[in-house]
Amino acid sequence: MTLDPVLLSRLQFVWVVAWHIILPAFTVGLASYIAMLEALHFWTRKPVYLAVSTFWTRIFAVSFGMGVVSGIIMPFQFGTNWSRFADATADVVGPLFAYEGLTAFFLEAAFLGVLLFGRKLVPAWAHVFAALMVASGTLFSSFWILAVNSWMQTPAGYTVVDGRFLPADWTAIVFTASLPYRLAHVVSGFYVTTAFVVLGVGAYTYRAGKFPAEGRLMLRMALGFLAVMVPLQMVLGDLHGLNTLAHQPAKLAAMEGLWEGGEGVPASLFAIPDQAAETNHLDIEIPKLGSLYLTHDWNGKVQGLKDFPPENRPPVIVVYFAFRIMVGCGLLMLAIVVLGWFLVWRRRLLESRWYLTLVQWTVPIGFVAVLAGWTTTEVGRQPWTVYGLLRTADSVTPSLTGLDVLVSLLGYMVVYLLVYPTGLGFMRRIVLTGPVPHDPEADTAIESGRPAGPVIALPQGGQS
Amino acid sequence: MNGPILDLVGIWTVILAVGVFFYVLLDGFDLGVGMLYGLTRNSAHRAIIMNSIAPVWDGNETWLILGGLALLAAFPLAFAIIIPALYFPILVMLLALVFRGVAFEFRFRDKAHLGFWDNGFFWGSAFATFSQGIVLGAFVQGFQVTGRQFSGGPLDCLTPFSLLTGFGLMAGYALLGAGWLLLKTEGELQEWARLEGRRALILVVLAIAVVSLWTPWAEPGIAARWFSWPDIVFLAPVPLVTAALAAGTWVTLGQRRDAVPFALSIGLFLMSYLGLAISLWPFIVPFRYTLWQAASSESTQAFLLVGTLFLLPVILLYTGWSYWVFRGKVRADAGYH
Repeated sequence: MTLDPVLLSRLQFVWVVAWHIILPAFTVGLASYIAMLEALHFWTRKPVYLAVSTFWTRIFAVSFGMGVVSGIIMPFQFGTNWSRFADATADVVGPLFAYEGLTAFFLEAAFLGVLLFGRKLVPAWAHVFAALMVASGTLFSSFWILAVNSWMQTPAGYTVVDGRFLPADWTAIVFTASLPYRLAHVVSGFYVTTAFVVLGVGAYTYRAGKFPAEGRLMLRMALGFLAVMVPLQMVLGDLHGLNTLAHQPAKLAAMEGLWEGGEGVPASLFAIPDQAAETNHLDIEIPKLGSLYLTHDWNGKVQGLKDFPPENRPPVIVVYFAFRIMVGCGLLMLAIVVLGWFLVWRRRLLESRWYLTLVQWTVPIGFVAVLAGWTTTEVGRQPWTVYGLLRTADSVTPSLTGLDVLVSLLGYMVVYLLVYPTGLGFMRRIVLTGPVPHDPEADTAIESGRPAGPVIALPQGGQS
Repeated sequence: MNGPILDLVGIWTVILAVGVFFYVLLDGFDLGVGMLYGLTRNSAHRAIIMNSIAPVWDGNETWLILGGLALLAAFPLAFAIIIPALYFPILVMLLALVFRGVAFEFRFRDKAHLGFWDNGFFWGSAFATFSQGIVLGAFVQGFQVTGRQFSGGPLDCLTPFSLLTGFGLMAGYALLGAGWLLLKTEGELQEWARLEGRRALILVVLAIAVVSLWTPWAEPGIAARWFSWPDIVFLAPVPLVTAALAAGTWVTLGQRRDAVPFALSIGLFLMSYLGLAISLWPFIVPFRYTLWQAASSESTQAFLLVGTLFLLPVILLYTGWSYWVFRGKVRADAGYH
C-alpha cells in the first residue's frame, strides 16, 4: 500500500482535533459553572459554593492546561498539512481565526492565572470578575471557531479570483446561514456535556459520604440545569437539521441513509449503507416519517444521495452511524433527566442508589454525543473542505509525502496517548479526594505575591 | 496594492513584527527558565524557578498563536509556504510545548513519575527552543518555492546555519531566563542565575558574531545592504549598540542589580531582531516574495485591523495587570505558612 498524504493528513487532523474538542466540550461549560458558583458565593457567602467552586477549579486547571497545549497545535495544522486550503481561503477565514486569538485566548490566559493562583491576592469581586472573563473567553472562542467552520460548511460573502476566495461582504462571511444553528447547538451541547459530568461527580461525592452537602448541591444544580437544556438541545438539533436540509442536502441524505429522494420519504431506523452498491442492507424503516421530521410535512420533498454524482457524496456509513449515535445519546439523556425529576417529585432521589450509580456511569455521555455530532457534520461535509467549492484532495500541502505525515501522525499519537490518560487519571483522583478545602497535592493559593502553586508538594516543602 | 491613505501592509508588518518580538521575549524568558530548571538539581530552587512562571506562561505562549494567526490572516502566501517548509521543526516544537505545558500541572500531581515530568519540562523547553532556532535559521536562508507553494524536501531546513541558530537561540532564551530569575528570586538562587546568565551570554555573543559574518558572506544581497556606501554609515550603529548592550549585560550580571541585566538582554534581542529585519527587508518569504506580494487583500487587512487596534491595547492592559498581581520575589517556603 502506498502512503497517501491526503488520507494520512485527514487521519492526523481527526486525531488532533478529536482529542482537542473533548477539552472545550468540557471547559466551556465548566468555566461558566465556576463563574456562576463564584458569583453565588460572592452574594450569599455560603461556604458550600466556595467548596464546590474550588473543587471544580482544580479539575479545570488540569483540563484547561491540556486544552491550551492541544489547541496550540491546531492552527499550525492548516499550514503544515493544509497549506493549499490556507492559501485559498485565508483572505476570508484568516481574520476570523485571528479574532479568536485576540478576543478569547488572551482573555482566558491572563485571567486564568488570577483565577487559579490569585484568590488571596485580589479583592473578592476581582476574583469573581476573573472567573467571568475566563468563561467569556471560552464563549468568544466558540463563536469565532464556529464562524470559520460554518463558513466552510455554508460559504457566503466571497468572490473567487484565480482559484482563491476573496472577501466581498464581511457580515455575510461571519454570519453565514448555518452559524446561528451550529453555534446554539454546539454551545448548548457543551453545556449539557459538562452538566452530565457534574451530575455524575455529584452523585459520587454524595454517596462517598464525606461531603454530602457539596454532592447534593452539584446534583441539584446539574439536574435543574439539564431539565431545561436537554429538551432545548433537542429542539436546537432539529432546527440545525432543517438548516442542513436547506443548505447541505447531500450531507442530510447521508445522515438519513437515503438513496432515493422524493416526497414522503421513510425514516431509517437501522441499515448498513453500501456506498458502492448505492443501497442499504438490512433496512428497517418507517414510511413517510422521514419527511415528517425533516420537513415537518408528511409529504415533504427530500433529496436522496442518488441526486448527487458519486464523487460528491460523503462516506455514507460513517455519517449515518455517527448521527444515530448522537441522537441515541440525546434520547438516553432525556430519559435520565425525566427519571431524575420523577425521583425528585417522589422525594426519593437521594435514596435511589441505583439512579446515583446510573448517573455515575453516564459521565462520558456528552463527550460521546459531541464527538458523534462533530463526526456527522465534518465527515458529512466531505469530499469538500469548502462545501461544494474546494475539494479536500485539493487542499493538502503539495510538498508532503505520505512518509512525512506518517511520522508526524505517529508523533502526535504517542504524545496524546501519554498525556491524555495521565491527565484523566489526575482528574479522577481529584474527584475521589472530593471537595476538600485544601488540595492535598497543591495549595493553589498564593500569598503575598508568591505563587505557591504547582510546586508546593515538594518533600521538603511540607503540606499545607 | 498600496491604499491611497493608509499603507495597510506597512501597518500589518509592524503589528506582526511586534507580535513576534513579544512572543520571543515572553515565551523566550519562560522557555529559558525551563532550560535553566534542568541545570540545577536543587529541588527547592526548582520549586521557585517553576513558580516564577506558573501564572504567566500560558499567556506568553498565546503570542505564538497570535503570531501564527496574524501571519495567516495578513500574509497568507507566506504562511502557506513557510509552515510546510518547516514541517518537522514545527512538529517537534509543538510536541515539545505539549510536554512542557502539561508538566506545570502534572509534575506535582504525579509524584511517582516526578522525574519524568521534570525531564519533560526541561527537554520540552530545550527542544521547543532549538526548533524555533531551526525555524529562524531556515527562514533567513530562504526556501525552494514553485509558484505559490513550497517545493523542497522536508529536511531542507536542517543546515549547518540553522543548527547554529538553533543552539544560538537556546543560549539566548537561557540568558533571558536568567534575567527573569534575577528579577524574581534572591539569595543563593539569584547568585546561581547570575553565573548561568554570564555563561549563556558568552554563547549568545558568539552566535550573534558568527551569524553577522555568515549571512552577508552567504547572501550577496545582505552584504550589499550592510556594506554599501552610504548605508554603512546609517547601519553602523546597529552592531555598535549591540556590542555595547552585550558588554553592559556582562557587567551588570556581575553587580548587585536585579532588573538591569534583564532589560539589557531584552535590548540585545531587540538589536539582533532589528539586524535580521534589515538584512531581509522587504521579504517575508526571503528572497522570493516581498511583504506586499504576500499580503492578503486590502479588505481582509482592513477588517482585521479595525478590531486589532482596539483589542491589542486592551490585551496589553490586562496582561500587564496579571503580571502586576504576581509581582515581587518568589519564595518557595512562603506559601506554606
